[in-house]
Amino acid sequence: MTSRRTIGLIIAVVALAAAAMLSLALGTKSIPAGTILDALRPGALPGPGQAEDFQIVRDLRVPRTVLGLVAGLALGLAGGVMQALTRNPLADPGILGINAGAAAAVVLAIRFLGVGSVTGYIWFAFGGAAAAFTVVYFLGTRGRSGASPQRLALAGAAVGAALLSVTNAVALLDVSTFDRYRLWVVGSLAGGDLDVAASAGWFVAAGALLALALGRPLNALALGADSAQALGAHVGRTRLLTAVAITVLCGAATAAIGPVAFLGLAVPHAARAFVGPDQRWLLPYCAVLAPVVLLVADVVGRLVVRPGELEAGLVTALIGAPVFLAIVLRRRIGHL
Amino acid sequence: MRARGVAVKVDTRTVAVCAGLLVALAAIALLTITSVGARLTVAGAIEAAGGGGTLRERFVLTELRLPRLVLGALVGAAFALGGAVFQSLSRNPLGSPDIIGFTTGASSGALAAILLFGAGPTGIAAGAIAGGLAAAGVVYGLASLRGGGMTRIILIGIGVSAMLLAVNNFLISRARLDAAVAAAAWLTGTLNGRGWDQVLLVVAVLVVVGPVLLSYGRRLQLLELGDEVARGVGVRVGAVRLRLVLLAVAAVAVATAAAGPVAFISLAAPQIARRLTGSAPLQLLPSALTGAVLVLAGDFAAQWLFAPAQLPVGVVTGAVGGGYLAWLLSREWRKGRTA
Repeated sequence: MTSRRTIGLIIAVVALAAAAMLSLALGTKSIPAGTILDALRPGALPGPGQAEDFQIVRDLRVPRTVLGLVAGLALGLAGGVMQALTRNPLADPGILGINAGAAAAVVLAIRFLGVGSVTGYIWFAFGGAAAAFTVVYFLGTRGRSGASPQRLALAGAAVGAALLSVTNAVALLDVSTFDRYRLWVVGSLAGGDLDVAASAGWFVAAGALLALALGRPLNALALGADSAQALGAHVGRTRLLTAVAITVLCGAATAAIGPVAFLGLAVPHAARAFVGPDQRWLLPYCAVLAPVVLLVADVVGRLVVRPGELEAGLVTALIGAPVFLAIVLRRRIGHL
Repeated sequence: MRARGVAVKVDTRTVAVCAGLLVALAAIALLTITSVGARLTVAGAIEAAGGGGTLRERFVLTELRLPRLVLGALVGAAFALGGAVFQSLSRNPLGSPDIIGFTTGASSGALAAILLFGAGPTGIAAGAIAGGLAAAGVVYGLASLRGGGMTRIILIGIGVSAMLLAVNNFLISRARLDAAVAAAAWLTGTLNGRGWDQVLLVVAVLVVVGPVLLSYGRRLQLLELGDEVARGVGVRVGAVRLRLVLLAVAAVAVATAAAGPVAFISLAAPQIARRLTGSAPLQLLPSALTGAVLVLAGDFAAQWLFAPAQLPVGVVTGAVGGGYLAWLLSREWRKGRTA
């Protein structure tokens, strides 16, 4: 069993490398493989007629590939720990309104505090994500019969709708804010640069280490709070640390590429089908597979409507929503 | 005799509530006329209404304020009527068009009409109706694959809405900036820049739909008690339900076409009306009046709070309504009731 999982993880890493390569190689303009490899060597100078190709690879394709890796890893892991914490197969940063919280905070910061750079508004994204998750979590888990998947999804929809109104209000007050907002809210890897990826990357790295370290206590939590307590797990501490990890991962990813929905939902399900419910294996799979999906979605978006592009956020929604619907249709559903 | 006495008693409170709501409507209208934008004095407004006053006063009243107030009230009533019918038939406060995907579908249809085909008001209305029906059809179609009742329909609605939201965002990101701003305002639900044309459109539909729906009020209350109860007193359940759904869809669709999907009116108005009248079954007329009050109050707040900016009314109803839904859910769940 373990060797099967190890081999699977190695294959997933190879797939990730392949997806990254595709993301560097494919795009609106066809560039010969040799030129791409030359451009990737630091310090290499473009040969005659290669200047434009070098620029495309270095300034456009490398940054968006790195962004895809960082944001994909963050959203996949966030979805994985979120589903474990809430014991809820419908948990997703988009469905639970967390991305909406980060988005509202970012737009407020841009409009009223004049924050312009990702390094500035990433903190607001954390604040918004934390606030939204806290509200939805408490709303969805209070009451006698405790949390149910349906309740959390509904609470997320309610809070998300209210936050979306706030975001719309702010964006519509000012045309230039709206213009930036509408390009960001689709969820695109294009247009970012390495600075954005780097500043988000540090937070994602920290959040990812925390999330991966939580595998064992989350396994205990899966048995229910009482059993976990009896097994000696620190239930309160685990929940708090998981919430911190979710906030950091979702906030950083949303600040970097916009509110991308469904990636954090679909990937953990696909991974669980292969490795089973053990979080110590499941979470690494999520971390590796989610960037694969995001990068492939981005590449597909670049190719299907050449010379135009479809944003990665649109493609993941079109792929992920059917997964959500399939889960809803397959599960036995009780009352809310 | 006793049953009759009870009926009269309920009616007294309902009548009082309806009268109170009408007074509230008039008060908000007066407040809007006297304190928003190009303000009129009370005396000036009365004079202008009688055909006197200055040219400016007459213009502000008859071309700016009145159409907006009338449209706001009608749209609110239409959303509330549609919501009350849906909630009543599904016996669930969450069974409103907002939740089950109809509204988002209507938005996608209208957006496509605006941005892809450059459609005018008629085209937008057609797009909204087609999109709403298609989305509702998909949601119900998927739900009927497995049964599972309202809960599954609501969850499918959330999934379909989330996907359509991504499509809407994409369409907006690709449009020219001015068209995108207009489309985004429409998507939020707005009374800005609406005139007597839209009022006529809504009136034409509501004149037919409203009285018919109200005449079905009694049978709707019987249906809410259960199919067996309704059948037992001679209601033809299947036929009545189909007619009610079609009428409700027409009401919501025409309101969406005229003002955009003003958030949460369908959900909140029937519930607020129920609490005001203190009656267990949903009542259509108080719901419609509550919806009208909510939209006019929201529009007043949107214009007054953020003046001189003209924010869409849906921003206010969305923020307040989302909070209301959250409160409603937590209240029902704390009681341990199934919502």
